[in-house]
Amino acid sequence: MTEGLSAWQLIASGDAALLAIVRLSLVVSLSAVTCAALLGLPLGASLALTRFPGRTLLIVLLNGFMGLPPVVVGLAVFLLLSRSGPLGTFGILFTPLAMIIAQALLVLPIIAALARQTIEDLWREYRDELTAMDVGPVGRIATLLWDSRFSLLTALLAGFGRAIAEVGAVMIVGGNINGFTRTMTTAIALETSKGDLPLALGLGYILIVLVLVINAGAWGLRVWSEQRANG
Amino acid sequence: MSVATLFSDPLNWRFAMLRRSFFFCLSGLLILAGAMWPSLAEDRSIIVASTTSTQDSGLFGHILPLFKQKTGIDVKVIAQGTGQALDTARRGDADVVFVHARAQEEKFLEEGFGVKRFDVMYNDFVLVGPKSDPAGVAGSKDITAAFKAIKDKQAPFVSRGDKSGTHLAELKLWKEAGVDLDSAKGPWYREIGQGMGAALNTAAAMNAYVLSDRGTWLSFKNRGDLDIVVEGDKRLFNQYGVMLVNPAKHPNVRVELGQAFVDWLISPEGQAAIAAYKIDGQQLFFPNAHGS
Repeated sequence: MTEGLSAWQLIASGDAALLAIVRLSLVVSLSAVTCAALLGLPLGASLALTRFPGRTLLIVLLNGFMGLPPVVVGLAVFLLLSRSGPLGTFGILFTPLAMIIAQALLVLPIIAALARQTIEDLWREYRDELTAMDVGPVGRIATLLWDSRFSLLTALLAGFGRAIAEVGAVMIVGGNINGFTRTMTTAIALETSKGDLPLALGLGYILIVLVLVINAGAWGLRVWSEQRANG
Repeated sequence: MSVATLFSDPLNWRFAMLRRSFFFCLSGLLILAGAMWPSLAEDRSIIVASTTSTQDSGLFGHILPLFKQKTGIDVKVIAQGTGQALDTARRGDADVVFVHARAQEEKFLEEGFGVKRFDVMYNDFVLVGPKSDPAGVAGSKDITAAFKAIKDKQAPFVSRGDKSGTHLAELKLWKEAGVDLDSAKGPWYREIGQGMGAALNTAAAMNAYVLSDRGTWLSFKNRGDLDIVVEGDKRLFNQYGVMLVNPAKHPNVRVELGQAFVDWLISPEGQAAIAAYKIDGQQLFFPNAHGS
């Protein structure tokens, strides 16, 4: 563990630059997951409940896109947001907003695909009752989303894990600018290329601990609210 | 939750809870956006497309705070290879380019993407290799003879392979050594397509030769068994230049702030700041702006 000492000392001493990097990583990835959830959960639920031609193809595509390569998404967003690209006038390339967009696109298929599966499974259980009660489509989606919220939390965590851990997309659209778009992962890549392997490894430990803490927090929240719901 | 409770649970309650979650998420987003707003609203800033060598060597970490202190301008550096940095500027995604490949910079100017080019500083390239020196070139001052010996002995050589200034300099040296890379390439010649630091890491892991700028080498920490084997040849000279991106091509270029950075770099004050950057007592870059 001595390799990681320098980075731990940095965080223990409240190093401002390091805290800013950690904060930016969290802000970007949490925002991306929230945006992806607001779109992906309703999308997955509607896909679970509706039948239309090409639905199977869409589901296969969605499942396949869970494995979208971050560099490809990064490159696509880069070309869109570049000054010479279609959305260039907004000037948001190399900003945290560009990073949120790229990560949201990466996470959206994960959340939508997992939500689709979860809700379709629950739908089998609920179909007869909801049909008998003559509940409309929006009511069905709302019921199923709410009643599967604990399973959906796992989908959100999977999306968050993907976002906080990826380096390819944020590196391309963020540019790894010191103090502005540098995240944990791009900082690790940079320190590795500078040959400062102990610091890079230390930052890696911090990132892993951070992800574990957030997952433990989500687990605690789930247990707490399940007890409340049953009690 | 079981199916039985479905009927005891009014639908409205679920709607209310969902709505509450939705607004909770939305307000969370707004708070996050608010937390980020100061950095987004920061408009006294410019984007400089530069090279991995200036960043990895730590030069920017030394001079940018001084510039910020004087002018209040934030300089956001995107560190890429020279070729990629010029392309970033061609697309209009940077205000200033600060690179090291004279021929590419001239071409950039001819295409009308740059306003005017200024010499800023120089350092030199060094040939780095394993202490065991399988090609027997250590101590030589003749870089092309060394390149030829490496090729003849098929000693492992790591190439940047990323169209960076260092990569272009390397290709020029192979040519001057009379080595036709296309036919000479073999398992000994390893193109990695990455930055200077990554190339040094790779060379350290494979005990290979690699051409590096002196600045990155001096600040590099994972040297393994590597050391400088050839230095001091005047063909290893490495000039850095700075250009403002032409606002006639890209109206979004922040002319005033970008020009302030260019002017400062070539001013006596900026030149002194560059000269003052040292690692272990060794100066990394030598300012040579004209008229300073």
